[in-house]
Amino acid sequence: MAWLRQTPRAPLEYTRTLWMRSWIAAVLVFLYAPLLVLMIFSFNDSRRNVVWRGFTTKYYEKALNNDTLVEALINSLTIAALATAASLVIGAMAAIMLWRFRFRLKGVVDGTISLPIIVPEICLGVAMLIFFAWVEWPNNLIWPLNLGAITIAHITFCFPFVTMVVRSRLASFNKEEEEAAKDLGASDWQAFKDVLLPHMRPALVAGALLAFTLSLDDFVITFFTSGPDTITFPVKVYSMVRFSVTPEVNAASTLLIIITVVLTAIALRVQGTKNLSVSH
Amino acid sequence: MAEQDWKADKKAFWAVSSVPLLWTLLLFLVPMSFVWLYSFGSNVGLTEIEISGTLDNYKRAIEWLYLSIFLKSFAVAALVTVICLIVGFPIAMALTFASEKWRPWLLLAIMLPFWTNLLIRTYALMIMLGSQGYANKTLGWLWESASWIKALVGMQPFPAWEPVQLLYNNFAVVLGLVYVHLPFMVLPLYAALDRLDKSLIEASLDLGAGHLRTFLKVVMPLAMPGVIAGVMITLIPALGAYLTPDLMGGTDSQMIANVIERQFKRANDWPFGAALSFLLIYAMFILIALQGLRRNKSGEAR
Repeated sequence: MAWLRQTPRAPLEYTRTLWMRSWIAAVLVFLYAPLLVLMIFSFNDSRRNVVWRGFTTKYYEKALNNDTLVEALINSLTIAALATAASLVIGAMAAIMLWRFRFRLKGVVDGTISLPIIVPEICLGVAMLIFFAWVEWPNNLIWPLNLGAITIAHITFCFPFVTMVVRSRLASFNKEEEEAAKDLGASDWQAFKDVLLPHMRPALVAGALLAFTLSLDDFVITFFTSGPDTITFPVKVYSMVRFSVTPEVNAASTLLIIITVVLTAIALRVQGTKNLSVSH
Repeated sequence: MAEQDWKADKKAFWAVSSVPLLWTLLLFLVPMSFVWLYSFGSNVGLTEIEISGTLDNYKRAIEWLYLSIFLKSFAVAALVTVICLIVGFPIAMALTFASEKWRPWLLLAIMLPFWTNLLIRTYALMIMLGSQGYANKTLGWLWESASWIKALVGMQPFPAWEPVQLLYNNFAVVLGLVYVHLPFMVLPLYAALDRLDKSLIEASLDLGAGHLRTFLKVVMPLAMPGVIAGVMITLIPALGAYLTPDLMGGTDSQMIANVIERQFKRANDWPFGAALSFLLIYAMFILIALQGLRRNKSGEAR
């Protein structure tokens, strides 16, 4: 009963009041209960998510043997990896441009680059649909080229987030360090690679993680840019939820949740919790 | 540290700026301007769209049928934002005043759903809210207990519990949007509260103000930038939400994004859908401009 014998509460220790604790508990139940129920019922030996009928892993087997589902998951991870790599490069370039240089119409350029962050997903999706219809983007290419349209759309809305994260990190860079490197004989490229890049590293990790999550998470824009043969994980889960709710969806979702948790754990190891919150 | 004029180092400037500028131009501005152009067009035949400069699409968009959906989307998004603010503020307070040991874990607990796939979260909530789901079971249990207590004190018990319809209605849409957007609200609030000088709260308490008064007169005004940031970051995506109303809503809980989607995927009326898209974008701009105005005003006052 050690927790009962605590020191009396200081005035500002709001977190120790009973109502605050119940509030936190209620919100955490609200946030996590649905996800836990989903994960538990993925092991349920019944076609419906209602009553517990015993433990089984057969829906995992089913999900992993469902070729379109696996293909969709591979597509999603491929797109996310490609979009993350490209967004990282483009986003970092844009951040350096906006941080280092003074040029005409800078305010306009700055605003336009961050625009994809605030434009509603549905509008960007519509724009991409019209654009790819207009350029008559071929949709019978072989894998992974058939993912091109979706990847391009994802890069368009992911890289501004990378720019945002990298730019706030660059603000703390001391330009004298770079000048010192150049005085000591470093070329432009060496100064960038050995001085600026190491400083940007935490932001690049955070930005990459953000871009990867955003890309993997995206349904609306993908829904508008995917051709008839290119299906991603969210689009596949959407049609499964739409037409028949089966424990297979639970199993597939649980797998993706585990991927997410593992990625977050890696990010925490790399960054520490403090930086993770800063990145948002 | 001063920024460098781009002319001083043209090679370096073009090296970093060419790709982002080209990408933004070709793959963002060009597609967006297509939408804008299409909104002034009309369908000619099955697949041809003629950009004739007509305003018919906008005229149709402000007919009551569509205007009411716009207004309803605003109302839903505003309600969701207010609920997120009320639910999220104590959480942000708890994060701010939590001990060093607990804070990162609490923050992680709030953040983790944010990293989880939106579709999966929506689906998980749908399982909970189903007519046989746990939300209904919990309500049923509460109902039975209340009925039992009533019978115990000698009153007529309630009639037997009937499962309520929690899914496929407006309630489900609001709940679903709150579920999805809560972390968006908590983080800016926490960022603002964390910067707040805690000795001000102590001073207020020492000088005799109660906790409630301190909250209203000291904490709230100082946390205002965070509140506004949180409201914007919640209101804007909630206004354009597609997935939640589509999956959790009923026939009468359509939001504007669902109408836009239908023009492109089913009704095949691209010009009208384009006009609706741009009206939604203009609405966002107005919201952001209002926030900018407010910021300027408070900046002048200081």
